[in-house]
Amino acid sequence: MDTTLISHTEEAYRPSWRDNSRILAVLMLIPAAVYVILLVGVPFVMAILFAFSDVTVGDPALDRFTTDTFQRVLNDPNFQRALSNNFLFTIVSQAAVLVLANILAAALTRNFRGKWLVRFFILLPWATPIAIGTIGWLWMLDSVYSPIDWTFRNLGLLKQVGVMGQVGILKNSTNMYWLGEPGLAMFSVILVQIWRMLPMSTVIVMAGLTSISPDIRDAVQVDGVGWWREWREVTLPLLRPILMVALLFGIIFTFTDMTVVYVLTRGGPPPNTTQVLASWAYIKGIQSGNLSEGAATVLFMLPVLLGVALVMLRIARRSEVS
Amino acid sequence: MAVVETRGLEKQFGDVKAVNGINLTIGEGEFLVLLGPSGCGKTTTMRMIAGLEKPTRGEIYIAGRKVNDLPPRARKVAMVFQSYALYPHMTVYNNIAFPLKAEKRSKDDIRRKVEWAAGMFNIGHLLERKPRQLSGGERQRVALARAVVREPDVFLLDEPLSNLDAKLRALARDELKQYQRQLGVTTLYVTHDQVEAMGMGDRVAVISGGQVRQLGTPQELYRTPADTFVATFLGSPPMNLVEKDTCILGFHPEHILPAEVHSHAHDPLHLAFRVTRVEYLGSERFLYGVVDSVGDPTRIVSAIPSLVTLNIEAGNTYDFVVDRQDLSFFDKTTKQRIAPVAFDHDPARIGE
Repeated sequence: MDTTLISHTEEAYRPSWRDNSRILAVLMLIPAAVYVILLVGVPFVMAILFAFSDVTVGDPALDRFTTDTFQRVLNDPNFQRALSNNFLFTIVSQAAVLVLANILAAALTRNFRGKWLVRFFILLPWATPIAIGTIGWLWMLDSVYSPIDWTFRNLGLLKQVGVMGQVGILKNSTNMYWLGEPGLAMFSVILVQIWRMLPMSTVIVMAGLTSISPDIRDAVQVDGVGWWREWREVTLPLLRPILMVALLFGIIFTFTDMTVVYVLTRGGPPPNTTQVLASWAYIKGIQSGNLSEGAATVLFMLPVLLGVALVMLRIARRSEVS
Repeated sequence: MAVVETRGLEKQFGDVKAVNGINLTIGEGEFLVLLGPSGCGKTTTMRMIAGLEKPTRGEIYIAGRKVNDLPPRARKVAMVFQSYALYPHMTVYNNIAFPLKAEKRSKDDIRRKVEWAAGMFNIGHLLERKPRQLSGGERQRVALARAVVREPDVFLLDEPLSNLDAKLRALARDELKQYQRQLGVTTLYVTHDQVEAMGMGDRVAVISGGQVRQLGTPQELYRTPADTFVATFLGSPPMNLVEKDTCILGFHPEHILPAEVHSHAHDPLHLAFRVTRVEYLGSERFLYGVVDSVGDPTRIVSAIPSLVTLNIEAGNTYDFVVDRQDLSFFDKTTKQRIAPVAFDHDPARIGE
């Protein structure tokens, strides 16, 4: 009796490999693992190998390992310029983004007519491919046809074309030459970096603002503090974790970006005034074919990105724990 | 301390009139409870008094001064929120000190006042903790301390006990009432819990549909409810309502008792009570069933104290008695309280 009963149930359901969570786990992790290994791991290891070798496009054999490449890269003033630009562009643009994102988010969480439309326009840059958005800026900052210059001319800040004896207030010229003068070119690069990071940061800060309970806001009102104290002592501390996330994303995107510089200035005006690590590595490693120097240049991003990654992991862990 | 007065207070949210002409006067040091179901406008009324919401119409006076256009901080009110709304990133000390800092007091002064408030609510040992390290009861005390510390003219309490578990709530109710007496601060307390309202309020305003249905002492509301809404909102279980001709008879569950134990009734009204279910609750028994000897057959509840050990079983009909002086009368159409109506029950049905 007993045996027939057992065999009956066995016939009714035979466990297959689909019920084995170990096999399923491995199967489902394989795509991600393959992706990470092939597209992140392998290039990363190769970058390190290249950086400590003398490979070029003409001589790609990994046969000699040396630290000379690093010496050469470090002594190159163009590299030094690119490295300091990287920090300058990132710090200035992200500082501006944090301030502006807070202001924008505060405004956009209020109720007003046409809020939807304003939100849409502010978020639009984020939906635009960076390269296309930057080409738009390239036209806006054109040396001859810039609409910004046109506006300045009509406001009397620049000289009108063909008008004699007039003195421009901003510049004694008919055009600003945004991308032609070192200072203005750097300003333009930073401006575009701000423009492209602002939407995402604003959305993140808005999410943070709406997560603060309305009761807390009411309590602040009843407790009778002014808006500055409210912002400094209540809003900002409660926003801090999420601001950190916005900042870290901003740092990663700006620090590793080459599109903006490449499209706007190609690193110019000469000599490589607006060059950044990514664009310099591309010019050196791909365009000039010096793979080892390109790889060594790129590796200088690693410490910063590693630091950011560690902070991110800590934030993620903390929010998991609490 | 101050008298709070609202005159014709109204609040419109879009098409909805949340508050529809509320006139209240809260006496100096009085504990007034706004009682009503959720969405009745009681919290909106409180928020308008606090200054968190602007009235659509009507005036608010605090200590004789019209405060309609004053921001909350200028009204000298303190509010305790249902969620307590403690600042999660601040220590208990800083939470309590926060309203004082806004007043630009000296550090010593602030410390002295925080310690006084903390001592009052027995949370002196928690001052360095963060809110998330506190229990619900402790958080509630911190919220109260933060409200007290500025020595406001008026306390506004928005369901401050509803996040506590039942056991703690009874204790907190008693404590809260004691603190209020001790401080003598005019207090407006919003709740949907009639037990809290009856237990704590000097007076209770029953609110429904944005209007005050009845305002009076807990005893008045219970003994002589102004309409059927008040009658059925108070008491647990609430008043039984039986329709008869053009009026509605009301009597509390504890006022309908077996004839054997209700012999001292002045003017007994006998009812045939067909019991369908018996609930034993320890201190009392709830009998659910139908009376049909007066008016229309109606489901009612009788609450019998445990002192009465009479054997009562579901499925049987018993002779129950209500003292006529315990009856409330309401108009069938307006649902308003009316003068007692003389009537006789149907003697034919009783012996069935």
